[in-house]
Amino acid sequence: MSHNLSAVAYLVASICFIMALRGLSSPVTARAGNLYGVIGMVIAIATTLASPGVLSYWMILIGVLIGGSIGTVVALRIQMTALPQLVAAYHSLVGLAAVFVAAAAFYQPSAYGIGTFGQIPVGSLVEMSIGTAIGAVTFTGSIIAFGKLQGIMSGAPIVFPGQHALNALLGIALISLVAWMCVDQSPMYFWLIVIVAFVLGVLIIIPIGGADMPVVISMLNSYSGWAACGIGFTLGNTALIITGALVGSSGAILSYIMCKGMNRSFFSVILGGFGGESAGPDAAMLKDRTVRSGSAEDAAFIMKNAGSVIIVPGYGMAVAQAQHALREMADMLKKEGITVRYAIHPVAGRMPGHMNVLLAEANVPYDEVFELDEINRDFAGADVAFVIGANDVTNPAAKNDPASPIYGMPILDVERAGTVLFIKRSLGSGYAGIENELFFRDNTMMLFADAKKMCEDIVKALE
Amino acid sequence: MTGMQAEELVRKAEELARKSAELAQQADTLLQEATRVTVAGASGGGDQFIFLFSIFVLAVFVGYYVVWNVTPALHSPLMGVTNAISSVIIVGALIAAGPADISLSKVFGFVAVVLASINIFGGFIVTQRMLQMFKRKPKK
Repeated sequence: MSHNLSAVAYLVASICFIMALRGLSSPVTARAGNLYGVIGMVIAIATTLASPGVLSYWMILIGVLIGGSIGTVVALRIQMTALPQLVAAYHSLVGLAAVFVAAAAFYQPSAYGIGTFGQIPVGSLVEMSIGTAIGAVTFTGSIIAFGKLQGIMSGAPIVFPGQHALNALLGIALISLVAWMCVDQSPMYFWLIVIVAFVLGVLIIIPIGGADMPVVISMLNSYSGWAACGIGFTLGNTALIITGALVGSSGAILSYIMCKGMNRSFFSVILGGFGGESAGPDAAMLKDRTVRSGSAEDAAFIMKNAGSVIIVPGYGMAVAQAQHALREMADMLKKEGITVRYAIHPVAGRMPGHMNVLLAEANVPYDEVFELDEINRDFAGADVAFVIGANDVTNPAAKNDPASPIYGMPILDVERAGTVLFIKRSLGSGYAGIENELFFRDNTMMLFADAKKMCEDIVKALE
Repeated sequence: MTGMQAEELVRKAEELARKSAELAQQADTLLQEATRVTVAGASGGGDQFIFLFSIFVLAVFVGYYVVWNVTPALHSPLMGVTNAISSVIIVGALIAAGPADISLSKVFGFVAVVLASINIFGGFIVTQRMLQMFKRKPKK
């Protein structure tokens, strides 16, 4: 295939990828968008296979077969509640692939038209080492994120004295290694860059608490894009550069949205140490305060007599796999002529849009699901706010208490509803370790149970 | 009257011809310059970088505006699809795995092909699974 023809083909592939993202602006066009993505990928791969450098196909075929079957089986079997860790695992693979492609280019630069081994132009070396470093950071960082999400390691932040200094030192070491590699071109420097970046990836993610995972996942998403971009510059491949830039900016925007949803700066998340499994509030403090708790029957009675109910799902719903039972409950209520809607906070769950996917899985129509800005005003007119597995995103301290760590975070105004039904396993605090004064309000009724069990019991009581 | 107009026309036409000749010459100089720059670019690599960098910056802007238009409800599928498309890095892996002779670089390429393929298939399929669920239900 001629050089110009393949350049045009890569351009077409890039446009397909842009269309894939464009499709996601509405659920109606999203599936067509995904198809564009697949077409773009097929064009990009076919173009590369037709390039003069690719002569032997059997190894490629075996590789695609192995990788393709693993990917397909995993993607078909994965539970929707395990989505965040799956995405983290996928990010790690992009990172590692970037490292391997860079290594291949380093050992055989002639295949990519960037000189010969040991004689690579400085510009290409810089691009290559940046791509390698970002790829390696993405790889180990995503593995740590995966471990935290999968519960293999504790979600609590791991902090130790001198952590930031060590990270800064490693960062400087990385830059120096890049400089040395440009001068010397010895493979030793290449692999040292990989190793230092691996260590840095681990150190960057371990201090970040489990509940900040939406930011971490978006950030790693962004990194995987920039890594692809770096490799794209080395290879002079426009499809890689454009796609990498799209993915990089997409991840960056998601990180920004998540940070805004928590009213925290990106840097405070990165520096870490916030959240994790903190201890509950002092027992002494709780003693003096009375909590009204109720049974499934009470909850069923209250909702049956309501005109409108707004459901607020959170990570607890995902943990308890309660989405199906919840939808069943909502269906019963709708049959009674009650308006049921869902309110989703931007940082509910462990990845952006996590709750929306779970509700969609449970067959909740997406036009009953609303974002914070769309529905927050309506709580005042709602008879019941049904909070299931969410906590901090409803805490009025974010509005009233300037001393609170979550002060300024946009919250769902559930307290304005006639009655707040709050499913929780215990009176423990949320990830931020802050007591929620909502529990002690007169219009709040606590439902102490597992979220799924409670929904099933309410369904029984409604029958 | 008409004579004067004709003279005027002729004068203008001459002027135009002169200008177009000038332009042609300028275009020619530009062309020469461009060829020289391209040759220099091919040997030095600097201009190639600027060219790629421009594409990069424009793509960042396109990404920025397109992603802000993504509805928040679909942020999870967005991550799925960006994951899949970032595996276009497979093009680099294919070039490395492509040569006829076995070499270290070919082995690296093979590993990268496997990794990227997991992501391509996995990413698109899991996104499709998510999107399948986002359907508007008929209202009763």
